[in-house]
Amino acid sequence: MIKILFFAALRERLDCEQYLLSCDGKMLQVTDILQQLQSRCHSWQQELSRSDLLCAVNQQLVPLSANVQDGDELAFFPPVTGG
Amino acid sequence: MSIFVAVQSDDFCVASEYNELRRQSGCGAIVTFSGLVRELSDNQLHSMTLEHYPGMTEQALTAIAEQAQQRWQLGAVHLIHRVGTLKPHEQIVFVGIASPHRAAAFAACEFIMDYLKNRAPLWKKEHTSNGDYWVEAKTSDQHALTRWG
Repeated sequence: MIKILFFAALRERLDCEQYLLSCDGKMLQVTDILQQLQSRCHSWQQELSRSDLLCAVNQQLVPLSANVQDGDELAFFPPVTGG
Repeated sequence: MSIFVAVQSDDFCVASEYNELRRQSGCGAIVTFSGLVRELSDNQLHSMTLEHYPGMTEQALTAIAEQAQQRWQLGAVHLIHRVGTLKPHEQIVFVGIASPHRAAAFAACEFIMDYLKNRAPLWKKEHTSNGDYWVEAKTSDQHALTRWG
């Protein structure tokens, strides 16, 4: 299982905080996972196609080309606005 | 070199942080920065909620402090960021740097804030008379990073 978290405006627009994805022990690229998630419905397609989407794997910022595997924590979120 | 990082809903006391930084041996300069909840021009901001990614936020802030430590000779870095709902004028963030000389302390303080604004997983939502709005990231904050190479 890969645990997928969504934060802030993205979490609200998807109406989803956490999503569990089965990966059958395979190594996947974040872009593959995004494609799967985008196919769920129109709003997910729209929100997860934004060019400013940020991604973290196991709490480290990574590019969308990064790999994920079973047990990883993947997170998607909009540009950060702290400080 | 010591690094202290906290992500908390409680307020912080600048004087207490400053006095902690003063105890650092070999340091002749302290620079502190405090970020506050700013009122909107039309006075319509009731409050602001800061959401974060628990665990990653602490890691990201620590990594930023460590990067500053690698670039400049620093004695101590204190970095506190609040989360939860805050009212106008409340304190959001504190950066305190103790170093042997002022140039390093000023530079490290700006470096940390520039990176925090672009790398730490924190998001602001404004609650106003006209509704609730997520704050949009500013391109000026992204451009600020370019000066650090």
